[in-house]
Amino acid sequence: MLVLVLDSSTPAVTAALAEITPDAVLPRAKRSVVDARAHGELLAPQVAEVLAETGAKPTDLAAVVVGLGPGPFTGLRVGLVTAASMGQVLGIPTYGVGSLDAIGYAATHPRSDAAPEIGPVLAATDARRREIYWAVYDLTGERLVGPAVDAPAVVAERARELAVRVAVGEGAHRYADVLGLSPRAGLDYPPPYALAELAADRVRAGAPGDQLTPLYLRRPDAVAAAGRKPVLQ
Amino acid sequence: MADEPLILGIETSCDETGVGIVRGHTLLADAIASSVEEHARFGGVVPEVASRAHLEAIVPTMRRALDDAGVTLADIDAIAVTAGPGLAGALLVGVAAAKGYALAADKPVYGVNHLAAHVAVDTLEHGPLPEPAIALLVSGGHSSLLLVDDLATGVTPLGATIDDAAGEAFDKVARLLGLPFPGGPPIDREARAGAADAIPFPRGLTAPKDLAAHRFDFSFSGLKTAVARWVEAKQRAGEPVPVPDVAASFQEAVCDVLTSKAIAACRDRGIETLVLGGGVAANSRLRALAEQRAAKYGIGVRVPRPKLCTDNGAMVAALGSHLVAAGVAPSRLDLPADSAMPLTIVSV
Ligand SMILES: [Zn+2]
Repeated sequence: MLVLVLDSSTPAVTAALAEITPDAVLPRAKRSVVDARAHGELLAPQVAEVLAETGAKPTDLAAVVVGLGPGPFTGLRVGLVTAASMGQVLGIPTYGVGSLDAIGYAATHPRSDAAPEIGPVLAATDARRREIYWAVYDLTGERLVGPAVDAPAVVAERARELAVRVAVGEGAHRYADVLGLSPRAGLDYPPPYALAELAADRVRAGAPGDQLTPLYLRRPDAVAAAGRKPVLQ
Repeated sequence: MADEPLILGIETSCDETGVGIVRGHTLLADAIASSVEEHARFGGVVPEVASRAHLEAIVPTMRRALDDAGVTLADIDAIAVTAGPGLAGALLVGVAAAKGYALAADKPVYGVNHLAAHVAVDTLEHGPLPEPAIALLVSGGHSSLLLVDDLATGVTPLGATIDDAAGEAFDKVARLLGLPFPGGPPIDREARAGAADAIPFPRGLTAPKDLAAHRFDFSFSGLKTAVARWVEAKQRAGEPVPVPDVAASFQEAVCDVLTSKAIAACRDRGIETLVLGGGVAANSRLRALAEQRAAKYGIGVRVPRPKLCTDNGAMVAALGSHLVAAGVAPSRLDLPADSAMPLTIVSV
């Protein structure tokens, strides 16, 4: 079953196609560009490109899998609304997966030639405003804590309590000093095939699709676009 | 009829999620979801609240529009979407959705200008627009006077507000008077029981020296301050505020300036058609005064019904339909949402 995988929860804008067989997730095509300001411009052409590269038509898709974040809201919504609109037209289910879960999954399910991890893994992405989105996973990829958004110093404290040994994700690089954990290279952003793995059982079972609700973790800033100035200064 | 193109329009530039469907100039569906109530307690639209609401509303609103029109996306010939101007995050939801629909259904997509769409919507009620025309677009987000040479390719801005939008002034005065948000409808209602000449509120940018530099521009900030001072003076004196008189006099000041400048633009350019659009065009006094003044010079006023004046998907579909009929090429799939999209660009 051919699935479209989208993630726009980080500066990496990603579209991929994966074939989900009864016992595997097979990568088919992938476009990923790191540009925090162009999610809206990049994603749709990337979808068109992965389809063209594999000679597939939208009607060949069996499902859409999309990262639910957490992530900076404006970019995050691009992936979700693209998944929702395509799912609606095609009449196919859409499955949401935590974007940090995909990083955590990839870190705890390394390819056979990679060394196994030691201890729980912290996955962290940049939440701007000097904070990170984060979650901690055990060695089977099970989420122990999170997702949450906090200052790196707060996360460092929690990571020590949880005996975290490894940190992955762009947030782990950016705040490596504060976190006190040397980040592992190569897992900065949610890998699309990990997103597909995390939805594979639901795809195979033909489970009902999800209402795609972003993991915002923050309330909207209640600042009105207009009407803020007092009438009399 | 049936061979005219079937066009779908998506609008998310502010707090209304709109999906409209038209065939030629015929309106088939105009589905709207509004987050206005979520903004009311802030006295203005909160961009992040609007963006979140668009994401939740877009799929159900699309379903409603398709059901109302009795068509499927496979039947649609092209999808138009507001690409700007508007709130950046809110626009992005609509643009990304339009691309998703276009990609999945294999349809062309047109990223269009919100203000040109406010002009185009009138064609759904009154048929093709005589060109050139003058358009007066007034809402909570914009107050513009435009010369519409060719709605498919070129709109020339003649003037705009130099401070607050007209609709913003309605919201602020409504708040001063203890009336609900948005302020347009309650002020219109209160004003009916008041006297328009009760209080001589100022007419912004109408003095000769202002006209020299800002002939077709508007200013509502001084008016808003004058109303506030007047109301606060009453309150300090312990006197009751005559809400209907304040509402009527304020509304008259706004409508007087808007219509006199719009008529002046028509006469200046020898143009016989004036189109009103935007949420403030739903104001009953603006419509009446525009018609009364235009009649004197043989100028025809075209105003869509109030529901089509406020933001909606039908106006975007109407402009899309006009672009398709004019043979304009569709946008590319990487079309950006542009919160500051210039008026001179009708489609990207
Ligand atoms: Zn508008």
